[in-house]
Amino acid sequence: MEAGPLPLAAAPAESLREDSPKGSRRSLSLPGGRVVTGLVLPLGLALLWEGAVRAGLAQGRLVPPPSRVIATLWGLAASGELWTHVLASLTRVAAGFGFGAVAGIAVGALTGTLPLARRLVDPSLQALRAIPSIAWVPLFILWFGIFEASKITLIAVGVFFPVYLGVAGAIAGVDRKLVEVGRVFRLSRLDLARRILLPAVLPATLVALRTGLGLGFMFVAAAELLGASEGLGYLLLDGQQLGKPDQIVAAILAFAALGKLCDAVLVGLTQPLARWQDTARDTL
Amino acid sequence: MLLLDRLSKTYADGTRALADISLEVRAGEILALIGGSGCGKTTLLRLIAGLDRASAGRISLDGEAIAAPHPGVGIVFQEPRLLPWLSVADNVAFGLADLSRAERRARVAHALDRVGLAEHAGRWPRDLSGGQQQRVAIARAFVTAPKVLLLDEPFSALDALTRAGLHRHLLALWEESRPTVVLVTHDVAEAVALADRAVVLRPKPGRIDDAIPLPLSRPRQPSAPGSEAAARTILASLDRSLRPEGEPDRARPDASALWW
Repeated sequence: MEAGPLPLAAAPAESLREDSPKGSRRSLSLPGGRVVTGLVLPLGLALLWEGAVRAGLAQGRLVPPPSRVIATLWGLAASGELWTHVLASLTRVAAGFGFGAVAGIAVGALTGTLPLARRLVDPSLQALRAIPSIAWVPLFILWFGIFEASKITLIAVGVFFPVYLGVAGAIAGVDRKLVEVGRVFRLSRLDLARRILLPAVLPATLVALRTGLGLGFMFVAAAELLGASEGLGYLLLDGQQLGKPDQIVAAILAFAALGKLCDAVLVGLTQPLARWQDTARDTL
Repeated sequence: MLLLDRLSKTYADGTRALADISLEVRAGEILALIGGSGCGKTTLLRLIAGLDRASAGRISLDGEAIAAPHPGVGIVFQEPRLLPWLSVADNVAFGLADLSRAERRARVAHALDRVGLAEHAGRWPRDLSGGQQQRVAIARAFVTAPKVLLLDEPFSALDALTRAGLHRHLLALWEESRPTVVLVTHDVAEAVALADRAVVLRPKPGRIDDAIPLPLSRPRQPSAPGSEAAARTILASLDRSLRPEGEPDRARPDASALWW
């Protein structure tokens, strides 16, 4: 059956898998080779800029060299200041994401399953969705004050819409043929929802939640830029007002790391629920 | 006994799918519903399954009227329709939620063994071939021990070899509890291989054109003279059913050459 690997049967499986026919390109097909390739450009540019500033070819006042950004980041982390800001931003995102996601799932489930609710609610929500979320800020500040409530509301609104759309769309797209299987076995409405609808909409819901989380980070930055005394967004604004570009870049890096980390946690927590999916995800 | 009494189905747009279908199916009989496309075969099956409501007439199983999915009626669809988030064994167990765990496991194991998929119990449906998936669907329908089993062209998407294998699996399961089987097909050879009686439907609107008894012994060989003669009779009847009414009947012997 498998004629190819037979002569190499004694070799460890790891090397078998990695052996490519083109021996000369082997280094790029090693595990992590693609990651290394992807790092060439950013690392190269960073080193180039570092060298240019060190050699006095550039001032690096507005565009700080990597060493200074790392030093700033290190200083912020060592003094504990960074963690105060990270915690503040994270708390806001968590609260906003929690409210927005729960509301999005609830309203999406309602409009997805009840045609009357869809006709009643969906047009208004679609109209509200057309409003840029930042446009709500003045109103939210008037209503909820300048402290946490208005920020969390803004984040929740930003998270709500992608989750709502994803869930409602997933329910509307459930395969009628699978629902019929449930009918043939005479499932009650509750059992139909639990045993057919819920698993069927789960993958799309998880994607919607990831999108929502990404938007949550976008809006926490916006909310903190508009007025806050702590948070990574405040660190950005502070860097701008005090003319410290290294602090701005440090805050950006912290945002990137935090967003990626939260996304990975969300994926790690939810992936086992959708491992049955027949998709190309493994190869992506 | 499954009884169809002057059954009609007219869709909301006025299309008459079925008109005045009356049929008696004995307990334990395998009945093949055969006909050209669009003659309402699937519609009829969906009515018996309780998935659609008839416009007129009634269906009864042992005297009990059927108007909604009935515990005594199982169905295998044209596609496997397995739930992709359940393992093969859990798919087979889908209709057994009321049973105890041990009973459920025993029945599932037995059914999977019967369709030759015992070693695939823990796999996902996506890992199975089309023929294997359809076998899981057949096991899922059989495992609830229905009195009537409806099969809606379940083998039409499979190659001839796979189909012959599935016929064997189906008959093996049928032998155990001898349910009434109503098999919709457009394949004459399939009807001859499985059924005790073939009912030919005439399209627009769908109604019964002819009923041909198939008193052949089992197991059946497609090349046996009895099978070939039966196939010819069904083909001739099908040919007649597909021609507009009023057109003169052609000579029966060459009918098999004209069909398709």
